[in-house]
Amino acid sequence: MNLVVFFVVAVVAVASALALVLRRNPIHGALFLVVNLGCVAVLYLLLSAEFLALAQVIIYAGAIMVLFVFAIMVLIPGKEETGPDPLRPQRLLALPLGAVLLLEIALILKSSVFQAAQPVAPPPALPAGAGGIETVGRLLLRDYLFPFEVTSVLLLAALVGVLALAKRKAG
Amino acid sequence: MDAALIPLLPLLVVGGTALLVIVLDLLPPRDRKGHLGVVALAGVVMALLVSLGLWGREGRAFRGMVVLDNFALFLDVVICYAAALVLLLSTDYLRRNDGERGEYYILVLLSTLGMVLMAAAADLIVIFLALELMSLSLYVLAGFFRGRLAAAEASMKYFLLGAFATGFFIYGIALIYGATGSTALDRIAAATRAGTRDPLLLVGLGLLLVGFGFKISSVPFHMWVPDVYEGAPTSVTAFIATGSKAAGFAALLRVLLSTFKVSQPDWTVLLWVVAVLTMTVGNVVAIAQSNLKRMLAYSSVAHVGYMLIGVVAGGALGAGSVLFYLLVYTFTTAGAFGVILLLERGRREAVDLDDYAGLAGRHPVLALTLALFLLSLIGMPPTAGFAGKFYLFGAAVRSGYIWLAVIAVLNSAVAAYYYLRVVVYMYMRDTEGLPTGPAPSFAGRLALAIALWGIFQLGLLPAPVLDLAQAAVAPLLR
Repeated sequence: MNLVVFFVVAVVAVASALALVLRRNPIHGALFLVVNLGCVAVLYLLLSAEFLALAQVIIYAGAIMVLFVFAIMVLIPGKEETGPDPLRPQRLLALPLGAVLLLEIALILKSSVFQAAQPVAPPPALPAGAGGIETVGRLLLRDYLFPFEVTSVLLLAALVGVLALAKRKAG
Repeated sequence: MDAALIPLLPLLVVGGTALLVIVLDLLPPRDRKGHLGVVALAGVVMALLVSLGLWGREGRAFRGMVVLDNFALFLDVVICYAAALVLLLSTDYLRRNDGERGEYYILVLLSTLGMVLMAAAADLIVIFLALELMSLSLYVLAGFFRGRLAAAEASMKYFLLGAFATGFFIYGIALIYGATGSTALDRIAAATRAGTRDPLLLVGLGLLLVGFGFKISSVPFHMWVPDVYEGAPTSVTAFIATGSKAAGFAALLRVLLSTFKVSQPDWTVLLWVVAVLTMTVGNVVAIAQSNLKRMLAYSSVAHVGYMLIGVVAGGALGAGSVLFYLLVYTFTTAGAFGVILLLERGRREAVDLDDYAGLAGRHPVLALTLALFLLSLIGMPPTAGFAGKFYLFGAAVRSGYIWLAVIAVLNSAVAAYYYLRVVVYMYMRDTEGLPTGPAPSFAGRLALAIALWGIFQLGLLPAPVLDLAQAAVAPLLR
C-alpha cells in the first residue's frame, strides 16, 4: 500500500517539477509548484513526519505560494519575460556540457569510493511518535533552543532590513 | 551572572547593543543619527575588551552548540576591530551621502553578531543560522544607498548569488547529517574517526565548501565580488571585505580542522587547486582594473588565495598564519577603503585611478597613508603584509608544498604592479580635471590612525601575535 502511494506520488512530484521548469507561463509554473509541494507533503507523511507534512502544506503550499502568485500578478509579465530567450545560443552548449556532467556523475558513482561505500554510522531507530508535534516541540525548545532563539534574531535582522529598504524618506 | 552564559558574553554584548540602538533610533533627535554610531561603536569596543578579557577560558553552552575557546576569541577580536573601524569611518560618510539612518547601525551590529556567532558555533545548524544572519544584514547594507543604480545591482546580485550558495551549504549539511546522524561538529568528528570514506559524507563536505567558498570569495565562486564591492557604500565594502571574510574563514577552519580531520588528504588536494586559481585569477584580473574599488575587490580575492595556502599547509603553523593574516588583512584593507572613502571629488567618490593623479601634492598625509596600506598589501617590510605573507608561505614550505609557495611568490610580484601603479599616479602625475576634496573628520582620521598602528605593530613585532594565533588554533588540532 505504502509503496503504491509512494510511486504514484513520486511520479506526480517529478512530473509537476518538470512542468514547473518547462512551462513558459509563470502562473502555470506557480500552480505546478503547488502540486509539487503537495506531493512532497504526502511523501513526508509516508515517512511518518506528520508535523513536517502539515508545515509544508500550510507554509509552503499556502503562505509562500500565495506570495508567489501575488508577485507574479502584480508584476504582470510583459513580452520580455515570455518572449524569445535572449540566451538562445547558449542552449547549443547546454547539451554537451550536461552530457559531460552526467558522465562525470556516472563515473564517480562507479568509482571505488562509492562501490566500497560503508555508512559511517547506522541510522538510529525512530522512536514512537517521532514526527509528531510533541516530539518536534520538545526538540525545538530543549535540544535546539539556541538555534531557535538565533532564528528570532535572524527574523529581526530581516525586519530591520525590509524597513531600511522600503521606508520612505522622513520629511 | 550565570556562569553558563559566559561563553555567550561577546555575543550578548553585541546583541544587546543592537537592541539598544533599535530603541534609541525611535527616540529624538530624529534628523541626526550620529549618536547611534557612537553607541554602536561603544558596544563593539566593549565586545572587543570582553573577548580579550576572556582569553584562555574554555566553555560550552546550550548543549555544546556554542563554544568558548581561544580560536573563537581571536576571531572575535579580528571581527570587532573590523566592525569598529567600519563604524568609525561610517558616520561622516553617511552624512555626506545623505544616507544617515538608524537602520545602518542596527544592521552593522546584527551582522557583527552573526560573524561573532560564526566564530563560536560548534553545530552546523548554528553555523548556518549565523551565516544567514550575517549575510542578510550585508545584503541590505550593500543596497543601503537606495537611489543609486549600482547599489541596487550590488544588493540584488549579492542576495541572489548568496541565496544560491546557501542552498549548496544547507544541502551539504543535510547530507552530512544523513551520513553521521548529527549536526554537532564533535559528534560528526567522532563518527568519522573510524576512517571510513563514506561518499555521502564527502559529497556533503564538497557542498559545504561551495557555501564557504562563496562567503570567502574564492575562485570559482568570486563572480559577485567586483560588482558588489563597487556598488556597495564604501564603508560596507570594507566590512564585507574584512569582517565577513574573517567569519567565513573561522567557520571553515573549525569545520575542516577539527571535524573533518580524517578527510584531510581529500580536501587538501581540492584546496590546493582552489588556492592557486584564486591567487592567479584575482591578481591577473586586478591588473586590468581602472576603478580602485574593483581593483581592491580582485586584490581581496587574491588575498583569499594566499590565506587558503595556510589552510592547505595545516597544523598549528599553517592555521595560525591564517589567523594572523586575517588580522593583518583587516587592518590593511579597512585602512585602504577608509582612504578611498575619505576622498571626494566634486559630488562623487574618488574611485577612478585618474582621481588619484597628483594626490600627494594636494593631500600629502592621505596619499602617504594610502601608499603605506598599498605597500602592506604588496607585502613590503616593515609593514604587516610582509610578516603575514612570510608566515603563510613559510608554513607552506615547511609542510612540503614548495610549488604552492613558489606560485604564491610569483603572484605577489604580479600584484606589486597594480598596487604600485596607484602610488605612481599619486606621486608622479599631475592633477587632471577637478581636484579631489578631502572630507576630514576626527572619526575617520582616528580609524586610519588605528589601522596604521595595526600594520606597523604587526609588521615590526609580529611574533607575540603569531604566538597568540597559534595558541588560538590549538583547540582545533587536539
